[in-house]
Amino acid sequence: MKRSLIAILAVAAVAGLAAGCGDDDSGGSGGSGDALTIYSGRNEKLVGDLIKQFEKATGIDAEVRYGESAELAATIAEEGERSPADVFFAQDAGALGAVADANLLAPAPPSSERVDARFRTGEWVGTSGRARVVAYSTERVKASELPDSILDFCNDAWKGRIGFPPPNASFQAFVSAMRLTLGDGRTREWLKCMKRLEPTLLENNIQTEEAIAAGEIDVGFVNHYYLPELKAEKPGFPVANHFLEAGDPGSLVNVAGAGVLKSSDQQEDAVRFVDFLLSEQGQRYFSTKTFEYPLVDGIAPPQETKPLDQVQGPEIELGALGDKLASTLSLLQDVGLTS
Amino acid sequence: MRLVAAAAVLVASAALLPLVYLLVRAAGADESSWDVVLDGRTLELVGRTALLVAVVTAGSTVVGVGMAWLVERTDLPARRVFAVAAALPLVIPSYVTALALLAAVGPGGLLGSAGWVFGLPGAGLALVLATYPYVFLLCSAALRRMDPALEEAARTLGRTRAQVFRQVTLPVLRPSIAGGAVLAALYALSDFGVVSLMRYDALTRAVFQQYRSLFDRTPAALLGLVLVTLTALVLLLEARSRGKGRVRRSAAGADRPAQLAPLGRWRLPALAVALAVVAVALVVPVGVLVSWSLRDSAVLPEAGELLGWAWHSVVGSGLAAVVAMVAALPVAVLASRRPRRATALLERATYASNALPGIVIALSLVFFATRVLPAVYQTLALLVFAYVVRFLPQAMAGAHSALTRVDPDLERAARGLGASPARVLAKVTAPLMAPGLLAGATLVFLSTMKELPVTLLLRPIGFDTLATEVWTATGVSSYGTAAVPALTLIALSAPVVWFLQVRPRGTLAEDR
Repeated sequence: MKRSLIAILAVAAVAGLAAGCGDDDSGGSGGSGDALTIYSGRNEKLVGDLIKQFEKATGIDAEVRYGESAELAATIAEEGERSPADVFFAQDAGALGAVADANLLAPAPPSSERVDARFRTGEWVGTSGRARVVAYSTERVKASELPDSILDFCNDAWKGRIGFPPPNASFQAFVSAMRLTLGDGRTREWLKCMKRLEPTLLENNIQTEEAIAAGEIDVGFVNHYYLPELKAEKPGFPVANHFLEAGDPGSLVNVAGAGVLKSSDQQEDAVRFVDFLLSEQGQRYFSTKTFEYPLVDGIAPPQETKPLDQVQGPEIELGALGDKLASTLSLLQDVGLTS
Repeated sequence: MRLVAAAAVLVASAALLPLVYLLVRAAGADESSWDVVLDGRTLELVGRTALLVAVVTAGSTVVGVGMAWLVERTDLPARRVFAVAAALPLVIPSYVTALALLAAVGPGGLLGSAGWVFGLPGAGLALVLATYPYVFLLCSAALRRMDPALEEAARTLGRTRAQVFRQVTLPVLRPSIAGGAVLAALYALSDFGVVSLMRYDALTRAVFQQYRSLFDRTPAALLGLVLVTLTALVLLLEARSRGKGRVRRSAAGADRPAQLAPLGRWRLPALAVALAVVAVALVVPVGVLVSWSLRDSAVLPEAGELLGWAWHSVVGSGLAAVVAMVAALPVAVLASRRPRRATALLERATYASNALPGIVIALSLVFFATRVLPAVYQTLALLVFAYVVRFLPQAMAGAHSALTRVDPDLERAARGLGASPARVLAKVTAPLMAPGLLAGATLVFLSTMKELPVTLLLRPIGFDTLATEVWTATGVSSYGTAAVPALTLIALSAPVVWFLQVRPRGTLAEDR
């Protein structure tokens, strides 16, 4: 027994050394070397190839830390001035807003002006858009039955058939957008109505889509791009997207985006990364690979979607949504849609 | 002993770092943060969390002790197979178990839909399946080491089998049951994956909501402190349940396997129960993973890639296991050899972080490393340190049971016969403790293999592990692609469980 203990210790020591050496080959990990350090809240399967294209196009080495956007935002806030990150590439505007509020982002690069002012602030820029849609079961719902406004789902015909994910950031952003356009009173009425219709409350968009496919619910309020992902995974996935009319609060267009860290000692390369995301190559990638909306004019939208100017959500600036979040959460709690 | 005490204090302070971080963050709390926590809803969440913890602890104790007794003390058919199979669910990440349960009996599931699967029943079941192996492993080890003469003597004195179990076996098992139950309870407290998949509102979901939606670390820290308070309660209950009696028995007085209770007509029902446990905890998750991996959409990784992830997982987990074992030792020695209020407190302190969600532990080390030791930030060294902080209690559980085997009289005898302290340590103490320490190290190894939140934030860039790959693939709902690293993780961990359950079967004579 003692011998096996010693053996384990020896193996562990050798393994540790070997791993240490192995890591040196990849150029250290502190991120302060030559490589550009990107904190990506976007999944490697979605943007890994895009980052490779960036490396190829610019000759800049990129080191990417993948994680959940919110957790990376909290990490950057905790790191403060000492952050190894040069760029924060986030899944949603909220995470970028949080880092910007902590005063850790540099001014957005000039290339960001190619993006509509609604989709950027002075510190970060949206790089791709995601529209809110109503996903519905192709087996139990006819497209013609679906209303054009999210407000019209407040109808007993939909009792027990609706699902949505209150803990999800995109859903919360949509509620904030509704408050900004219709006011708190009407939003509360609508949420109460939803509550009365006994909705199925899900954790996230994917769960919502799967609940539709499984027959738990007939319609779900989600982002548009999960469906093509799921169809790729399960051919014949019996769900379709319904786009609401332009200007409806239910058709909010939210973004994934990027911001350069103020503390970065590689501002120039970091800006080139943001430039690349907004380049024709980068924008085309989002449209064809992640099925998101390009935000720079002149690039075709993804297949099976309405053009961006037709899904045009309510006239609000995304930067304004962040300030509403805390009160939106209390509203959702008050109405009884979250705990 | 002074050196041991110094080491123990050092280890305990390391384990307390996350708590210090929470206090630092909570100190900045303004009125609105307190409002979040002092809200009536928090009380409701605490109630729901306590209920979940109670259900999981009770469930995993019953299943764990029951299976251990069946496997070690009865003529259950194929009990050697069950000894390994019943421990194996430990290697399956609990969110995989939950996903598999949903895929099997959730809405539109492969085996039909069960309406009860969401909420407390589903979350409780998935967590019992994930945690009963802690109780099972510690109890079956204790039963194996138990002197059969104790039970035999009781039988000879006319006690029935039921009385023997209650009056002899159970008291001997008590520390192991308590140790396993605490691990199960802390796991249930800290879990986020299962409760979110099963849609059960527990405290961890509120903590995550603060981070994920509001990016607010202060109310999250306050809620984290509520979790720490609950941990303290759990530990208090455990200390009570341990009772005052102490059983110290270093070696089997009778050097032979224990007598097995014939199950008689209960043999088949017992077999059915054992099969059912293994089926739900092991066969269903593995079956679901295999079926996912056979989907057309599954992208199989290249062998080299897979090997790289597996290597990273094994290296990180192996180092964590060894360091945790070494770290647990001085604390356990101090607590058992100098049993005072202060040393007991020191030991309990090492449990403080275990009920915190991994994200809190990760952020606390981001906070300290960037400020105090930037050179180690996002290196393997810090990652291993974080693993140790997170899983130290599992090593402690092993060290504890190891120490109950060491009768101080034996050491004194060796000293009396002229052996130097070092020689006593090498020849008496270490060999007696080795199985327990190994068991603790194994638990840490297996937990680290599955670990995700700490790994994501603190690993060196590019240090992809099997667990991070599962996360990446499920993040875009490519369950087929996720299945291969998940199955590899299980396959790599399985031999370790086998080693733990089969290898130390020998008696002390063989150990030498």
